[in-house]
Amino acid sequence: MTATIPARRALRENAAPVAGGSTGRIAWLALPALVFFVAFAVVPLVGVLLLSFTNWDGIGAITPAGFANWASVLVDPDMLHALGLTLLVMVLSWLVQTPMSLLLGVFTAGTQKYRTVLAVLYFLPLLLSSAAIAVAYKALLDPNFGLGAGLGLPFLSQDWLGNPQLAFGVVIFVIAWQFIPFHTLIYQGGVRQIPRSIYEAAEIDGAGRVKQFFLITIPQLKYTIITSSTLMTVGALTYFDLIFVLTGGGPANATRILPLDMYLLGFRANLMGPASVIAVILVVIGLALALFLQRLGGKDNSASQLEGM
Amino acid sequence: METKATPSRRTFISLAIAAPLLTWGLTSCGTTGPGGGSAGGASLWALSGDPNETIRKNSVDAFNKANPKTPLGLTFFQNDAYKTKIKTAIGAGQAPTMIYGWGGGTLKSYVDGGQVDDLTSWFEENPEVKERLFAGAFGAGTIDGKIYAIPIQTVQPIIFFYNKELFEQAGAEPPQTWSDVMSLVTTFNERGIAPFSLGGQSRWTSMMWLQYMFDRVGGPQVFTDIFEGKPDAWSHPAAIDALTKIQELVKADGFIKGFNSITADSNADQALLYTGKAAMMLHGSWTYGGMKNDGGSFVQDGKLGWVPFPAVEGGLGDPKNAVGNPSNFLSISSKASDEEKETAKKYFAESLSNDDEVAAFIETGAVPVVNGIEDMIQETEESEFLSHVYELGANAPAFQQSWDQALSPTAAEELLNNIDQLFVLSITPEQFATNMNETLGK
Repeated sequence: MTATIPARRALRENAAPVAGGSTGRIAWLALPALVFFVAFAVVPLVGVLLLSFTNWDGIGAITPAGFANWASVLVDPDMLHALGLTLLVMVLSWLVQTPMSLLLGVFTAGTQKYRTVLAVLYFLPLLLSSAAIAVAYKALLDPNFGLGAGLGLPFLSQDWLGNPQLAFGVVIFVIAWQFIPFHTLIYQGGVRQIPRSIYEAAEIDGAGRVKQFFLITIPQLKYTIITSSTLMTVGALTYFDLIFVLTGGGPANATRILPLDMYLLGFRANLMGPASVIAVILVVIGLALALFLQRLGGKDNSASQLEGM
Repeated sequence: METKATPSRRTFISLAIAAPLLTWGLTSCGTTGPGGGSAGGASLWALSGDPNETIRKNSVDAFNKANPKTPLGLTFFQNDAYKTKIKTAIGAGQAPTMIYGWGGGTLKSYVDGGQVDDLTSWFEENPEVKERLFAGAFGAGTIDGKIYAIPIQTVQPIIFFYNKELFEQAGAEPPQTWSDVMSLVTTFNERGIAPFSLGGQSRWTSMMWLQYMFDRVGGPQVFTDIFEGKPDAWSHPAAIDALTKIQELVKADGFIKGFNSITADSNADQALLYTGKAAMMLHGSWTYGGMKNDGGSFVQDGKLGWVPFPAVEGGLGDPKNAVGNPSNFLSISSKASDEEKETAKKYFAESLSNDDEVAAFIETGAVPVVNGIEDMIQETEESEFLSHVYELGANAPAFQQSWDQALSPTAAEELLNNIDQLFVLSITPEQFATNMNETLGK
């Protein structure tokens, strides 16, 4: 008997982590994760920050450069062009992907059997790696050996990746093709969390499907939209592999977004200092963006939406 | 007591799990790795893609059979991927024992960083190795008078190829001058055939055009000035003239539709020539082997033709001048152990460019950088093409090394970026020159 009482108390303490004394002990469990985070995220981050104040060709000795790299990169028209493109990719992919994934998510959240089959088909792109997608699209869009030539459809034989305007549109399309399934999955989960009772009440009040969508589904999905948008916009800062394989940043820098610019400067032109400056800029933009979007959700964004239902 | 003991035991366990993981995580960044070779002996990285891949593999297999105690590890990479991989590996101290390269500006950056061994004295001790190879091939492997790399494989001039069948159908003759080129562009466009195939997304493919045009318009001195970093060297009148002529060719639809989205790594540009979608192609001599392998009976049936790059009316360059890769090279990493370096040098002396390798290269339609092989070339089926390559490679009055290899990586990347813009007409020749002048001496 005497042994079981403290044991049960310990159990109860563990079950309620907010309660005083045990928080410290529970926190120890985060230590391995913290160690990995410091070793593989914080240390390299500080390393990059230090590198941005040096000259290094990636091979020889590292020499201090003061603020020279920052001064040259911040006024470089090529960098500003790349930054503008990055923001444009971010905005356009949000505008294309959000409505599509929202509608698809709502649709696939239904229970009919054919929707399950369709949902599985929609999610196929999610299974492919960016490089594979890029290689496949490159082959399909080839003006001489691609889809248009193969099917004998001249309008498909555009110079998709060789014309600066078209190439940018193709990149936005392929990015959307790749990521819409993922965001659809998020929205599908979100929609399934919305209690049926709200819709039943609305139906009794005579609200139609469109009204239900705008007055119930969208407001109820507020936090899902914020989560999805955060992933989408911050993710846009890291698009690299797809564009690298698809266009290599060309033609004439039309798709040379900032992450690609960073890679080409660092690993092709052997300018690790300026490449590090761009890396730091990307981190800052990413953090600021994530913080802003989380603010949009208000203070209660981590609380359950079902409380009080 | 017990309430205290339970969590601390957990802490201990989680730490016990984390510790070995952590050690593994840290060491894997530092001491071992694929290129370090501390476990597997000497290593060699080479480029994938036949016929060279098979030849290199056979050569290393034969070496390993003869030297079972000191085997060589061999890894293949795709061209563009390799250039990034090797730079990262060297920067991280993980280079393979033998570093494959193109000499020139990149080799100089390795030398400046103390990453490769000076081989001058080894060549003095082993004169038979040096005398066997083209003397001219050592140029791009020599930095400040010291030899840092051994020439390997083949001499690779850039060749003006054409599809004989399409020329016969059009009743046309291969071009001898630049105005011939421009009129052929009209001829083939009228017949619905693209005049020139080009894998423009790879960018160095477009660069080959500039190299020949600079030479034909202004002679070899124009690039020599650029190489030596003379102020405003890119603004030389001959350079502007050459750049303008290239843009005229682009505007006349000289290159196949969508050339900006074609990459050379996939050999799609060669396919355009042998499938009859394009009439001509300026490309490295290595594409001969590729077209022979992949082009069905195109090469075997004698449908592939080649001529020297056309002269430009009033130009200063000798039409016999060539551009391209004088050779590929292998250097020895200064970070390798003494045993690994010994193995590498043994491979240099015994296996590189030995009789088997020379025969294998000649059979694929390439000219190895080896002296005294004229007779072997004459005996082959491809003697006509190989003699042309041999002429270009060994007897050209001036042989310009590929610019992206001759220049420093920083200048080369800026060059390729500007070439991309020049070919889609988004910058003028003058803007090109201004942009490139900023990289002089960098």
